[in-house]
Amino acid sequence: MTQYSALAVLRNALSGNTGWTRAWRDPEPKPAYDVVIIGSGHGVATAYYLAKEHGIRNIAVLDKGWLGGGNIGRNTTIIRSNYMLDGNTQFYEWSMKLWEGLSHEINFNTMVSHRGLYNLAHTPGQWDQMARRGNIMRLNGIDAELFTLPELKRRVRYLDYSPTARFPIYGALHQPRAGTVRHDAVAWGYARAADKLGVDIIQNCEVTGFLRDTAGRVTGVSTTRGDIGAGKVGMAVAGNSSLLADKVGLKLPIESHVLQAFVSEPIKPLVDHVITFGAGHFYVSQSDKGGLVFGGDLDGYNSYAQRGNLPTVEHVVTEGKTLIPQIARVKLVRSWGGIMDMSMDGSPIICKSPIDGLYLNAGWCYGGFKATPASGWCFAWTIAKDVPHEFNAKFTLDRFRRGVPIDEKGQGPVPGWH
Amino acid sequence: MRINCPHCGPRDSAEYTYYGDASRVRPSLTDTGVEHWHAYVHERNNVKGPMQEFWHHLHGCRQWLVVTRNTATHEIGAVRFAKSPVSDTAGA
Ligand SMILES: Cc1cc2nc3c(=O)[nH]c(=O)nc-3n(C[C@H](O)[C@H](O)[C@H](O)COP(=O)(O)OP(=O)(O)OC[C@H]3O[C@@H](n4cnc5c(N)ncnc54)[C@H](O)[C@@H]3O)c2cc1C
Ligand SMILES: [Zn+2]
Repeated sequence: MTQYSALAVLRNALSGNTGWTRAWRDPEPKPAYDVVIIGSGHGVATAYYLAKEHGIRNIAVLDKGWLGGGNIGRNTTIIRSNYMLDGNTQFYEWSMKLWEGLSHEINFNTMVSHRGLYNLAHTPGQWDQMARRGNIMRLNGIDAELFTLPELKRRVRYLDYSPTARFPIYGALHQPRAGTVRHDAVAWGYARAADKLGVDIIQNCEVTGFLRDTAGRVTGVSTTRGDIGAGKVGMAVAGNSSLLADKVGLKLPIESHVLQAFVSEPIKPLVDHVITFGAGHFYVSQSDKGGLVFGGDLDGYNSYAQRGNLPTVEHVVTEGKTLIPQIARVKLVRSWGGIMDMSMDGSPIICKSPIDGLYLNAGWCYGGFKATPASGWCFAWTIAKDVPHEFNAKFTLDRFRRGVPIDEKGQGPVPGWH
Repeated sequence: MRINCPHCGPRDSAEYTYYGDASRVRPSLTDTGVEHWHAYVHERNNVKGPMQEFWHHLHGCRQWLVVTRNTATHEIGAVRFAKSPVSDTAGA
């Protein structure tokens, strides 16, 4: 496999780009593996860290579709670690630290861009709440700055600051290290790095059930390409977690919902940060190709359909236009949907399942892309050692029963928050 | 999606608000066991396929409805008033 470098680019430029080899193998599944991971989003990161950090090399990652065809390749690519509650705060900051060195570590340009994220406040109450969150972040060693309106106007010039704005802007909480990452590159980069360490990436292989021994322990999976034995099975199939868990009789605190995203025609550089509108729910950044990439709320009903409906399109676009009036004349070129695992407190689940041999990685809601490195890292730790790392120790399945949810919004058990 | 309200006729889904799975049954208030309440408050069947759901015709007649909708295709089937007797659900 070719090591990617500036020199390799140059050499191939001169030789007509004939020197590139495929980035990962396309192996047939073996009869059995030490670890089988289902799902090639967080799953490829998990496999990579299992191989690299824990020396387990006999691993397969199975996906029913193509690599990166799930939410890892459908999201709006925002990364941040501006959380407030213990558990989330440390976990998402660990993810941010892993993003910082990722491209070099896996020899793949994932285009991690720390362009900064401005969370806008529109009321004094929201401003106070942001001050509190910013202080908690700083106490945890995470970068955060609170900007008053004059300072914000100086830094971000294109928002509607007029006094007649429907939701006047009051100020903003800024995380300088937040930003965006090229989503496909994350799937491809982890896959290539895992493959290099011996991991089999097996696409078009849907898991249809679990193999169990007489004691009930999970000993493998049945798939559309035959049965595959496994010492341990980890599932990371956000959007479909309930369906797979159902095959072992597990009921999860999760609903599947559709979230849409949008891209505009390419325009000259305008939005050079990530901006989130605080009066509704709207977030926007601009891709290197010039398209405005944005999204908003869930459609709001259970769905497995990977496509949304027009009322949400109108709602999200209206929010964008309220915030940045000049984008009203920009054309929308694409929209699409992904199916989210909406957990009952908006926080994820990374733990051993109640069934021996089966490990759970689920409940990512609509902020799970930024978690990809830390999720893989913590899931690998949990699978390898059979105990959680302190960064995912609070993300248990039984926290709901025990009454200790991690509910950032403080809004109770509703599957709508991230 | 269009929902055929038994009172108002076919209306855009934007007129309605959503309250999810209509098959969940709240435990009796005298039931103080954690398990039943945990199951009711947190756990979901999360059906892929036809599912009975509560929709509220908020910007219309304000009736609560039970709508059978396919979560895999968004196709809408039978609709009835939530207050109607359970026997009405036969075949829905
Ligand atoms: C429109 C949109 C915008 C988003 N924006 C952001 C954002 O800006 N920032 C952010 O942090 N997060 C964002 N997210 C959320 C984020 O994308 C997800 O939380 C995250 O990618 C989930 O990771 P995953 O690996 O669990 O899921 P996925 O990447 O979906 O991977 C799961 C895989 O499992 C496979 N699978 C399912 N069932 C089976 C089976 N039975 N057998 C085999 N394989 C199976 C699927 O094919 C899929 O490839 C967004 C999501 C969407 C849809
Ligand atoms: Zn009506």
